[in-house]
Amino acid sequence: MLELKDLVFEVPATDGTDTPKRIIDNLSLSIPDDRFTVITGPNGGGKSTLAKLIMGIEKPTSGQILFDGTDITQMGITERARAGIGYAFQQPARFKGMTVKKLLDLAAGRKLPMLACNEYLRKVGLCSASYLTREVDKSLSGGEVKRIEIATILARDPKLAIYDEPEAGIDLWSFDRLTETFRDIHEARDGRSIVIISHQERIIQLADEIVLLRDGRVVDAGTPTEMMPRLALSARGSDGCPLTEPTELHLTEIPTTC
Amino acid sequence: MAEELTQAERDLLSQIAGLHGMPEGAFNIRRDGELVERHSSANIEISTKTGEPGIDIRIAPGTKNETVFIPVIVTQAGLKDVVYNTFYIGEDCDVRIIAGCGIHNDGHAAAQHDGIHTFHCGANSRVVYVEKHYGEGDGDRILNPTTNVHMDEGAVCEMELTQIGGVTSTIRDTNATLGPDARLVLTEKLLTHGHQTAESNMKVELTGDGSSVQVISRSVAQDDSIQVFNPLVIGQAASRGHVQCDAIIMGNAKVKAIPGIEAASEDAVLVHEAAIGKIAGDQIVKLETLGLTEEEAEQEILNDFLN
Ligand SMILES: Nc1ncnc2c1ncn2[C@@H]1O[C@H](COP(=O)(O)OP(=O)(O)OP(=O)(O)O)[C@@H](O)[C@H]1O
Ligand SMILES: [Mg+2]
Repeated sequence: MLELKDLVFEVPATDGTDTPKRIIDNLSLSIPDDRFTVITGPNGGGKSTLAKLIMGIEKPTSGQILFDGTDITQMGITERARAGIGYAFQQPARFKGMTVKKLLDLAAGRKLPMLACNEYLRKVGLCSASYLTREVDKSLSGGEVKRIEIATILARDPKLAIYDEPEAGIDLWSFDRLTETFRDIHEARDGRSIVIISHQERIIQLADEIVLLRDGRVVDAGTPTEMMPRLALSARGSDGCPLTEPTELHLTEIPTTC
Repeated sequence: MAEELTQAERDLLSQIAGLHGMPEGAFNIRRDGELVERHSSANIEISTKTGEPGIDIRIAPGTKNETVFIPVIVTQAGLKDVVYNTFYIGEDCDVRIIAGCGIHNDGHAAAQHDGIHTFHCGANSRVVYVEKHYGEGDGDRILNPTTNVHMDEGAVCEMELTQIGGVTSTIRDTNATLGPDARLVLTEKLLTHGHQTAESNMKVELTGDGSSVQVISRSVAQDDSIQVFNPLVIGQAASRGHVQCDAIIMGNAKVKAIPGIEAASEDAVLVHEAAIGKIAGDQIVKLETLGLTEEEAEQEILNDFLN
């Protein structure tokens, strides 16, 4: 169980004034075990920042983070990772000279058998074993790197996994495979919780709870049935740059076998 | 004879040549300027040079799937070992050559090894050359290798030159001339630390049509060490050349890379890239999120960068 209490994250002002810029604004949120939560909301709303605060990549200005009852607010990244928190980055890092296999081994914390590696890759729609010996460098396409990033979290299998826009840049076939993977993890109900930052209706539909984050605040939350109409409305109602209404994807005809 | 080597010397051999005990086939093991043991095979003949120190290695045309080991170890302070090793590789061969030098010096005077390796690669031969340099101990350890490669038509050569640490100072000179359709892949990997210095000069001349070279330089400079790279590729025919220098700097280290390309033929296509920087912060953070400490993350990143 993850509990965020009155979390505030501010950065120094960039506009010359003394007032710091508040990115996460007094946010409180609980994520129980076995829960599948989707965090959605407009670009710049603070979703990735929130994920980084949970992972320890950023430190909050004030507030508290509890994980399974322990206060982890002052813990570093490594400690939190070892405590069972995982984060698939929105923009994954690339490593010159490091193979996909090696990265998966590091993620799992042990040397994985080839078969297991292939299985992780298959779960993200990378269906060729030849990826294992490829380097995680710029020779991989954006969608490939993104899926390998997701595979590292699958291999790590943390108690709380946060995926930051896993659908971004991913083709329809792999996306289909990916939603299945998330559904499977969720259905196992073995005490793990999944948090997915997403704008995709297909992913939103899978969730137990949708959290709408805007201007660093939780402005709405509820089940998919409750939230879908409200999300469409709130997107339409907001001034400036609106979210386009999530479109229904028809993927049933697309083959997903590897 | 293996008894003659101390445990420390055996460790050096395994570091630089992956050797545990005496190898099969052709080999020549040199210690402190003297021969320890030599063995020729049916196709590979190793003989002592006359006139200058060193050996000639003659590989008969058509020799396939054979490996030659010619490691050198230096353990004597104050020793300056200069050696000329010349390889004559016949046509249509497919061979591996494992060289390397390990220095252990605990003395006050410097220990130095200057190896001048010359390769004549016969037409359509395939040669893999692996050279590892390594040093340990408190005394100064100096390694100045010179590598000269002459490649006949259609020869393919992969050279992997690595300095895995502990070398106080090095000046590395690599020269190659490529005939028609010859292909050279030259990979150099360097790690320096402390107050070490390394200079690497390379000159590759593409003289034959259809020849190509790929120079890959990867280096890590730690602490207060200094590295300078001067790779130069000259295209004198319808040829292709690609030079890529990547360096990671840490601490107060300095790296200077001056990749050069000269086209003396309008059909030469030459490209160079150089990048120097510290370990990307996002790489360390990613590995930390996988449960590694910052130090472990750094080590993994460097290991794989130099793999
Ligand atoms: N270190 C920082 N310094 C200054 N501004 C920052 C910093 N980190 C985040 N921001 C700003 O905070 C806001 C929230 O950023 P964040 O990346 O969390 O948004 P997001 O909800 O993930 O958006 P997206 O949907 O585009 O991924 C943005 O306006 C961003 O520019
Ligand atoms: Mg984001």
